[in-house]
Amino acid sequence: MDEILAGTLIASTLRLATPLILCALAGVLAERSGVIDLGLEGKMLFAAFAAAAVGVTTGSTLLAMLAACGIAVLLSWLHGFATVSHRGDQVVSGMAINIIASGLTVVLGVAWFAQGGQTPAVGGDVRLTPLWPGAAAAFPGAPWFGAIVGEGLLAHNAMVYVALALVGVVWFLLYRTRLGLRLRAVGENPQMVDAAGVSVLGLRYLALTMNGVLCGLAGAYLVLAQSAAFGPNMTAGRGYMALAAMIFGHWRPVPALWACLLFGFLDTVAVRLQGVRLPHVGEVPVQAIQALPYLLTVVLLAAFIGRNVSPQALGRPYVKER
Amino acid sequence: MSAPVALPRWADVVVLPLVNLAMALLVAGAVVAMIGQDPGQVLSLMIRGAFGSARGFSYTLYYTTTFIFTGLAVAVAAHGGLFNIGAEGQATLGGLGAGLVALWLAETLPAAVVLPLMLVASAAFGAAWALVPAYLQAYRGSHIVITTIMFNFIAYTLLVYLLVNVLKAPGSMSVESAPFAEAAFLPTLHEALARIGIEWPSSPLNLSFILALIATAAVYLYLWRTRAGYRLRTVGSSAGVAEYAGIRPAHQMMIAMAISGALAGMVGMNEIAGVNRRLLLDFVAGAGFTGIAVAMMGRNHPAGILVASLLFGALFQGGAEVGFEMPSFSRDMVVTLQGFVILFSGAMAYVLAPALSRLIHGIPGIGKRGTA
Repeated sequence: MDEILAGTLIASTLRLATPLILCALAGVLAERSGVIDLGLEGKMLFAAFAAAAVGVTTGSTLLAMLAACGIAVLLSWLHGFATVSHRGDQVVSGMAINIIASGLTVVLGVAWFAQGGQTPAVGGDVRLTPLWPGAAAAFPGAPWFGAIVGEGLLAHNAMVYVALALVGVVWFLLYRTRLGLRLRAVGENPQMVDAAGVSVLGLRYLALTMNGVLCGLAGAYLVLAQSAAFGPNMTAGRGYMALAAMIFGHWRPVPALWACLLFGFLDTVAVRLQGVRLPHVGEVPVQAIQALPYLLTVVLLAAFIGRNVSPQALGRPYVKER
Repeated sequence: MSAPVALPRWADVVVLPLVNLAMALLVAGAVVAMIGQDPGQVLSLMIRGAFGSARGFSYTLYYTTTFIFTGLAVAVAAHGGLFNIGAEGQATLGGLGAGLVALWLAETLPAAVVLPLMLVASAAFGAAWALVPAYLQAYRGSHIVITTIMFNFIAYTLLVYLLVNVLKAPGSMSVESAPFAEAAFLPTLHEALARIGIEWPSSPLNLSFILALIATAAVYLYLWRTRAGYRLRTVGSSAGVAEYAGIRPAHQMMIAMAISGALAGMVGMNEIAGVNRRLLLDFVAGAGFTGIAVAMMGRNHPAGILVASLLFGALFQGGAEVGFEMPSFSRDMVVTLQGFVILFSGAMAYVLAPALSRLIHGIPGIGKRGTA
């Protein structure tokens, strides 16, 4: 019994953390280049809608994912156009993207599918299936090993592993490549990057493009792996939670991963503890667990005092001096 | 980069916002056309729904009331140099404050005591909810945008917790409190008019509309006609200058957010005391975010906010009416338009300025006089 519980907890944590990881990485890339990105939520939402709409109409997983990434990249570029090219307020632009996405997805959904903003479910062959469907039952001799490794770690679809791998990729990109050095520099001291003859705008647009792809993957995951259909506001604050995870991880990919796993775990626990009475504790208020990621983030932010954790040029539009 | 040619003041205050609003409407119209509907027909249905009848207009003013409160909330914070995304959470807490007072006192005390107490509680709860992020920003340097976002979620889960576990009416299936006693009813317009013998179609429009108008005037007087308001605006335009002038920016941030939160909290008077008359979930329904659009369109000025609130009130009421007439039209078109307004009037406010400037300076006579 215990090993089955442990296995399902691990599995569920990974599943719920995957969109958070993808979005948090997207946030890391944008913000390390100096662009605040509150629009994670909206980009993920619109990407989820695109994945569902294209998945339903074409029946192709690849096209659905391409559409999701495409729309998220377009929204990222819109953010870049407003804030990088025209030096508009980055927070305001992000909020605008979130609100446009929450409205427009429903408008288009109602107009195209006439189901009150929902899309029909994408077909079973479009959905992402576990890579190794027999994994959970592959170790009959070792119950603990089977539950934790087979059920907990190996029973997932490809996107879960892609998300985990991307943590390493983003880390390598940021800390082990010349491009990563430049990306981080443009978020700390854009004047210096400019003086070295590298385009500040180019780097920030590049970061936003990668950010869009990652948000697109997160949105596609919600539809292709989690819910099968798009529903109004189905992201339900996950973009903001990813933002919190990014801050929790001090704008670094690997610590952000741990934060995402923590938040995913809390989410899992909140669902499992609904209405359960624990010995000595009584009924645990599920809402308290649900609010914990946000509370922890506020506490952490309050403890940041006097330490330079966020990128130095974050939120400051770059004005080239002549 | 070369400095853009400055716009004359009248163009900056009047023409540019109108051009940006027109852009937002144009893009929204394009979306309507793209989904196969006639933008002209939608617009005329909207106008008729919002202004065409006494009942429709009352609904418009009811929505306007909430948007005035949240718009003013965002604007006051903005004058203090802060971006308050937390009006949603502060309004939630305001409703909670009003609701708790109503559930606690309305059985025993008369309306003349209960209603003022509810107003005070809604403002105080909203202010308290805003003061935590304000303190963290002013004294610990935590980014207020992030903390207010987090506080929106915390407010929501707090309300869910209280409604599910504490305040839910026994035996009720829905997640809401017991209905308030009558002493906690803020009279609606048709109830108030019926008392003096005038018949008016029933609508949710209630006396908090007058409260909103008073708040608008008070915010104007405070910001532009008192020393305290001057201090607040000084911090908002330049914290460094304020410091040299002996004004403590941290104090002013706290004051700005307290007022901002109190204004947002008063949404509770409209939605909880005036309309629902019980505590329930989702009564704010995104009004905190609409407040951002309203404040941006109204350029953070009370008069502008009044106009922008009326526009958004009309859009929400009109949008609902269009939804009845045309089933394929979603009311969320209004939410979309709200996003476009924030994009064009806020984030991209000065994208069109150089072109507009060239246009204006190209007209002989006008440009010179404007910039002189």
